[in-house]
Amino acid sequence: MKAWEGFKISIEALRLNRVRSALTMLGIIIGVMAVILLVAIGQGAKDYITKELRGLGTNLLIVTPGKTATKGGFHPPMSGTVRKLIYDDALAIKRRCSKVNDTAPVVMGTGKVKYFNLSRDAMILGVTPEFETVRNLHVEIGSFVKPEDVDLKNRVVVLGRKVKTELFGEANPLGKMVTISDARYRVIGIMEKKGMSLGFDIDDLVFIPVKSAQELFNIDSLIEIIVSVNRAEDLDKATEQIREVLIKRHNKKEDFTIISQEAMLSTMNTILNVMTSVLGGIAAISLIVGGIGIMNIMLVSVRERTREIGIRKAVGARNRDILAQFLMESIALSVAGGMIGIILGIGGALAFKYATEYIPAQVTVWSIVLAFGFSAGVGIFFGVYPARKASLLDPIQALRFE
Amino acid sequence: MIRMLDIRRSYCLGLTEVNALQGVSLEIGPHEFVAIMGPSGSGKSTLMNIIGFLDRPTAGAYFFEEQEVGRAGDDRLAELRNSRIGFVFQSFNLLLRYTALKNVELPMIYAGVAPRQRREAAAAALTEVGLADRMGHKPNEMSGGEQQRVAIARALVNRPAILLADEPTGNLDTQSGKEIIDLFIKLNNGGTTLIVITHNREVAEQSKRILHMRDGQLIREERQP
Repeated sequence: MKAWEGFKISIEALRLNRVRSALTMLGIIIGVMAVILLVAIGQGAKDYITKELRGLGTNLLIVTPGKTATKGGFHPPMSGTVRKLIYDDALAIKRRCSKVNDTAPVVMGTGKVKYFNLSRDAMILGVTPEFETVRNLHVEIGSFVKPEDVDLKNRVVVLGRKVKTELFGEANPLGKMVTISDARYRVIGIMEKKGMSLGFDIDDLVFIPVKSAQELFNIDSLIEIIVSVNRAEDLDKATEQIREVLIKRHNKKEDFTIISQEAMLSTMNTILNVMTSVLGGIAAISLIVGGIGIMNIMLVSVRERTREIGIRKAVGARNRDILAQFLMESIALSVAGGMIGIILGIGGALAFKYATEYIPAQVTVWSIVLAFGFSAGVGIFFGVYPARKASLLDPIQALRFE
Repeated sequence: MIRMLDIRRSYCLGLTEVNALQGVSLEIGPHEFVAIMGPSGSGKSTLMNIIGFLDRPTAGAYFFEEQEVGRAGDDRLAELRNSRIGFVFQSFNLLLRYTALKNVELPMIYAGVAPRQRREAAAAALTEVGLADRMGHKPNEMSGGEQQRVAIARALVNRPAILLADEPTGNLDTQSGKEIIDLFIKLNNGGTTLIVITHNREVAEQSKRILHMRDGQLIREERQP
């Protein structure tokens, strides 16, 4: 018998039991769809984080207080400090490190921003003028924090877009006074609209001079110093220079951590890769369950068609012809299910992309190849046992079967 | 054409051993028309299954066209069934979801005949058994006599050396049964070797030779004039 004939016989049999075939395929469809969709979401998350980290500005190093063992990752705000980083550390880094372009010391806290009877809880960032260029965030109207504001601890504030709209609506807030935790601040600028970045809503931030912020929160330390470096190839050298300067200033102890964007990126990628494989693996288990469903139906089908097998053998079908017929049925089921699953998985990823703003699910070729190959493999693996059972039936007993 | 020497066949039914054939020896030449008669359980069908390569003897020698085939493998037997034997069963054994034409094509699929020649040969075989106008019908749209004719067309389509029929008229009314036997006689006159199992004396008397079986043995042979 030619392979094509066996294929035709299989397809005919599957079409005869349409509902059953469809339900059997459903297991594979769901499995393949889940693999593709979950891997796509994982990939999307990775792309998103890469983009966001790069969007922070180029060639950045972040100095945080305390020595952490990890090479990168997020630093929790207000982390317990061994010896605090202070404003003068930032000045020293800028002055003494030849590879460093600029430094931006940052203080962070929360507070209630009020204008008459309207108020909003916002994240308050104490910054210096350098923050605007280093972090690549810009004012739209008015001006950002100026050097003299920092030196004189001026009570001036630059509002994020959302804070401005909440407090002032469409009115022009420049020159107006807002209250932050009982102190009055003059509005000098509005930030341009930026949206979410790494879980922070940039538009919901409020910027004040760094020294004013230290006064406001009653602290003398910084939560981090952002350092910009001229060229990417200078990052390692700059890291070394910063370490030397700070160790000298901190009683010869390395009680701080310098993180590069690349280190953060690789840590995040590692985490997301693990997550993606775990999710993909769980989805793959559903593929195996789908395969068992195919085996189950094929066993029923072999039993139902015992007489047919007997007839085919009586007119000259060899064992391998019967094996091929039933094996092709299970492969056809799993491959068709796999293809439908791929289409639904891609569709689902597209739907996910439109439904969520932040994570553009990205379908990867390898997940399609893997899911399809795996589903075809499942069809063969779980199809062999029923097909073998069918092929080894004794023709006389098969013909007598009612 | 067929030569059997002391053929035995036993099998286990639960814990008891059943000796279905207890030393059958026979010879059947080309173009013969042989009827096998005997009560139920006499071993007729077992003998038929061994002659038709659906089963193997447990002991004895079976020469088919001068070759020993009693110990042949599954594939060799399948090939012999496909090319040398045509089966006609009491219960027709047609595939219900296929049309008459496709049922008749079935043996040629396993012979590797191309689709176009297959269809032509199947149509010719159906015409030969008088069903030229029923080719597109499925078995459950036909009478018993018509279904048996489809089965005969299927048995003939690969031009076998021997046509084996196990109670071919058992499920048919008298008139249809008579037509089937007439068809058999016509085929035998055309040169096909014919072996028919039957309970029916009238059917058996159409043959040239009647073999009587009892308890797994051939007990008597009648030659018809």
